[in-house]
Amino acid sequence: MNKLIGSVKEAIEKAGLKDGMTISFHHHMRNGDYVLNMVLDAAARMGIRDLTVNASSIFDIHEPIIEHIKNGVVTGLECNYMGAKVGKAISKGILAKPVIFRSHGGRAGDMENGSSKIDLAFLAAPCADEMGNCSGKYGPSACGSLGYAFSDALHADKVVVLTDNLVPYPLKDTSIHEGYVDYVVQVEQIGDPARIVSGTTKITRDPVGLRIAGLAAQVVKHSGYLKDGFSFQTGAGGASLAVAKYVEEMMEKEHIKGSFCMGGITGYMVDMANKGYFDTILDVQCFDLKAIESIRENPKHQEISAMRYASPAAKSAAVDSLDVVILGATQVDVNFNVNVHTDSNGYIMGGSGGHCDTAAGAKLAIIVAPLIRARLPLIVDEVLCKSTPGETVDVVVTQRGIAVNPKQKELKEKLIKAGLPVKDIEELKQIAEDIAGVPKRVEMGERVVANVLYRDGTLLDTIKNVL
Amino acid sequence: MKILKNAVAGTLESSDLFIQIEPDEKELTLEIDSVVANQYMDSIRAAVLETLKEFDVSTGKIFIKDKGALDCVIRARMETALKRGGVETL
Repeated sequence: MNKLIGSVKEAIEKAGLKDGMTISFHHHMRNGDYVLNMVLDAAARMGIRDLTVNASSIFDIHEPIIEHIKNGVVTGLECNYMGAKVGKAISKGILAKPVIFRSHGGRAGDMENGSSKIDLAFLAAPCADEMGNCSGKYGPSACGSLGYAFSDALHADKVVVLTDNLVPYPLKDTSIHEGYVDYVVQVEQIGDPARIVSGTTKITRDPVGLRIAGLAAQVVKHSGYLKDGFSFQTGAGGASLAVAKYVEEMMEKEHIKGSFCMGGITGYMVDMANKGYFDTILDVQCFDLKAIESIRENPKHQEISAMRYASPAAKSAAVDSLDVVILGATQVDVNFNVNVHTDSNGYIMGGSGGHCDTAAGAKLAIIVAPLIRARLPLIVDEVLCKSTPGETVDVVVTQRGIAVNPKQKELKEKLIKAGLPVKDIEELKQIAEDIAGVPKRVEMGERVVANVLYRDGTLLDTIKNVL
Repeated sequence: MKILKNAVAGTLESSDLFIQIEPDEKELTLEIDSVVANQYMDSIRAAVLETLKEFDVSTGKIFIKDKGALDCVIRARMETALKRGGVETL
């Protein structure tokens, strides 16, 4: 049996890609990914049209997809996150069919229960053997975890592995194994690993960011979850990492040993685990090169699939065992609904990723964000897009005060008793408007450019075009 | 009062604004580009016009790139630009 094929074009032919089909991609190469553009360019040259692209995330590097949309090569787009460049074009209405946004868990779940069908999956593999055993841990383009690609490999009709590092059979440490793979293509480069790094990997020095992080850490402490066995997820980005730093200091002082940290993993979380604050790292994607090195070397550092991470279709997922998650927001409304899909002008510039999955799963979901950013108040009457339902958000922490979801009466009492600046969310909104002025409501167009699905597949909100 | 010479004030940092002013004997030109134009254009314009009025300036060219500055910042940057441009304090 020979799976090894000479070119992307040949793989597309052999796998039987036809007009109207759905093809999928994963985003572990992040803003350094070459594979999505490579495949779409080849398909376009072959005259294939009317494709639906289901990519776990679309980054700015994927800007060429805009031309493929204009030329009718791509007529459908599904993803969990979309960067600002493609997002702006979508918000302007270049795609006739609304984009489908899912969460990381929702994408895995919808593939599992059959509501999201993939004809052909393309896996970017930093190393693979000729039968398609592959891993993200080794090679010049190593990206670490291949977490989101597992669903694609399991559920797509045909699976093509693209690698720039073909190794002798059998690959010693396989993530996705040959049983799922139809074809293997050797390409010059699957991406630029220097562009994997997400956000900043340094702790913020911005006093506002540090104040927010300090308050968030106090919320974690007084919530009662910070004890032996504590599990924790936080993102990349200066303020989220600062929360981790303050939590680490408290764990050190009170000799607390946590159980696991999870998520997109940064070097900071790796350091915390190595110092003994967490037993295990559950890693669905690596955010920096230190995390990539760790998943390769450290047996405590486990690769997990999107299903295990967050799928609501699974019998259980790791998010269900999570104590505390720290999340961001572009807008929060007075009912605690969070927007991470659009900016304040309504342009698409993000997506749920694991936001709504972890908020739903974690015992304590904390939103950290400055009360005002470039004059725009964080808290509004109604978010432009409901990305995460308010019922699943417990606390909003800003530099000027902490708002606790009224559903969490007990938690609110604990935080007040601890002397933290707990305020009504309406009061926080008022403080911001007293400083910045009341923002005029942004008028959106009438056309739906994206449907936002909740993790269970139900419609959570729609995003309209920007005028 | 009149703007006597070209002057600038402010920066292009987030939450600040950059102002350029030039003399003009005849008319007032006001160009404002703001990242929060949708939400706050009326109040930005009002802050600029009020500062001009305070200094009794009715002609000149004013170019503004706003990165989400608060009204108090807009007024302060305007005052600096006008003073640098030769407008005397009343």
